[in-house]
Amino acid sequence: MAANLPIYMDNHATTRVDPRVLAAMLPYFCEEFGNAASRSHVFGWNAERAVEQAREQVAAIIGASGREIVWTSGATESDNLAIKGAAEFYRDRGNHIITAVTEHKAVLDTCKRLEKSGFEVTYLPVERDGRVNPQAVADAMTDRTIVVSIMLANNEVGTINPVAEIGQVVKARGAVFHIDAVQGVGKIPFDVASTHADLVSLSAHKMYGPKGVGALYVRRKPRVRIAPIIDGGGHERGMRSGTLNVPGIVGFGKAAEISAAEMPEESKRLLALRERLRLGIEARVTDTVLNGSLEHRLPGSLNMSFAYVEGEALMMALKDVAVSSGSACTSASLEPSYVLRAMGVPVEMAHTSIRFGLGRFNTEEEVDYVIDLVAQKVRKLREMSPLWEMAQSGVDIKSIQWAGQR
Amino acid sequence: MAYSGKVIDHYENPRNVGSLDKEAPNVGTGLVGAPACGDVMKLQIQVSDAGVIEDAKFKTFGCGSAIASSSLATEWIKGMTLEQAMSVRNTQIVQELNLPPVKIHCSVLAEDAIKSAIADYRRKQRGSQTQPSLGES
Repeated sequence: MAANLPIYMDNHATTRVDPRVLAAMLPYFCEEFGNAASRSHVFGWNAERAVEQAREQVAAIIGASGREIVWTSGATESDNLAIKGAAEFYRDRGNHIITAVTEHKAVLDTCKRLEKSGFEVTYLPVERDGRVNPQAVADAMTDRTIVVSIMLANNEVGTINPVAEIGQVVKARGAVFHIDAVQGVGKIPFDVASTHADLVSLSAHKMYGPKGVGALYVRRKPRVRIAPIIDGGGHERGMRSGTLNVPGIVGFGKAAEISAAEMPEESKRLLALRERLRLGIEARVTDTVLNGSLEHRLPGSLNMSFAYVEGEALMMALKDVAVSSGSACTSASLEPSYVLRAMGVPVEMAHTSIRFGLGRFNTEEEVDYVIDLVAQKVRKLREMSPLWEMAQSGVDIKSIQWAGQR
Repeated sequence: MAYSGKVIDHYENPRNVGSLDKEAPNVGTGLVGAPACGDVMKLQIQVSDAGVIEDAKFKTFGCGSAIASSSLATEWIKGMTLEQAMSVRNTQIVQELNLPPVKIHCSVLAEDAIKSAIADYRRKQRGSQTQPSLGES
């Protein structure tokens, strides 16, 4: 069977809605359209029942109770609510926040804003394999530390942080531990008990649910408090006002239920596909580098640098295959990926990186098509690359006095 | 990024990819940019006794618009005198390829590559022993 084009291999960015999720959502648009906060009629009651069922489904995938789930508009809001909410609530205990340089912008920019209002933030470096060292967290903690925010798995490289060890360190010092678990939950086993997580950000659209709906886990035992960032009708026990997105929430619940049930098989299948892709490319293309830990990595994630070939040019060549790149040319800033740079990837190699994100709907045929295409296009672009030409004729590219950085 | 049809055409069917003998006295080589910046262009010209660019070749490490800019540059300067080639401006490349603001540096690099290749050729003609202008921009 040939692969159908275009091929979607950018499942870190978003995922296709699972048809089973869509089917669960549909009745909540035209039939059960009630407001979950309407307490006086059957429309409201039915909506509320659906929302509460979804709350249990989402809680179950992280080993929590439904009462610990707060619905949000997505992971960016969850990250903002967790960090700003906890920072504000616990401000009388201290003003120090710890996070890592490879976190998502939703965490980093939230921390930067808090710095403007008097908080001090430590941005921990990461190891060369892309992971945060728990000892580095321990060393950074002070009596003034109130919040530690470390992601479960990185969105660019797919590396998995030792969050259970970090959680132990944070718990020992009595700070609030927030985990942005968006990229990991539904793909690898995760639970709030073994990680000592107090706050966990989740997103529906990274696990085959709809966009525009997320959740924040807020621990009840012992109780963790957050100040709301959106005020209004007092929904979600006052932590997040605003009418609930009932169809979205129903879809999130169904998506979590499916992911939890299918994770053991799906992660095996994705790991096999990922390794087929990685080994297939490595067998056909020389001078590639895998970015980030191979061992501690999400099953569907692959991030590779292709020396002497600029990432955006390669993406353009991989027409009909949706992937992404850490190249500067894909961003407005002209700076290559800050995540790869933080891992110690040389800047010229960061420019050549491609992120492949395999998901539930990818097939072996697609992987084989992509291996062929990558091999063919890298060859073509290298024939066009002055750096490849120099490397082949034995010129040490590092010995050349290049013009200054722009 | 959504590119113009002309960028995509040059990217998919680049003109004049290749290398000329950089040791030849009638060949000038320009190498501009830096790997750390994400673009490196090598542009070479072969100049006739009458001072006309009779052949031009390029190799580029860079994004689609960097490749397109250098492809277009070689296409344009073929048949030009050195003086005409010196007057090619990056803004003309921007206009022709309809480059977005974030890609203007690609056109600047192409203009630099032309000038650098011409400078290298002239240096050789003066009989100086200077090496090709590696990394000069």
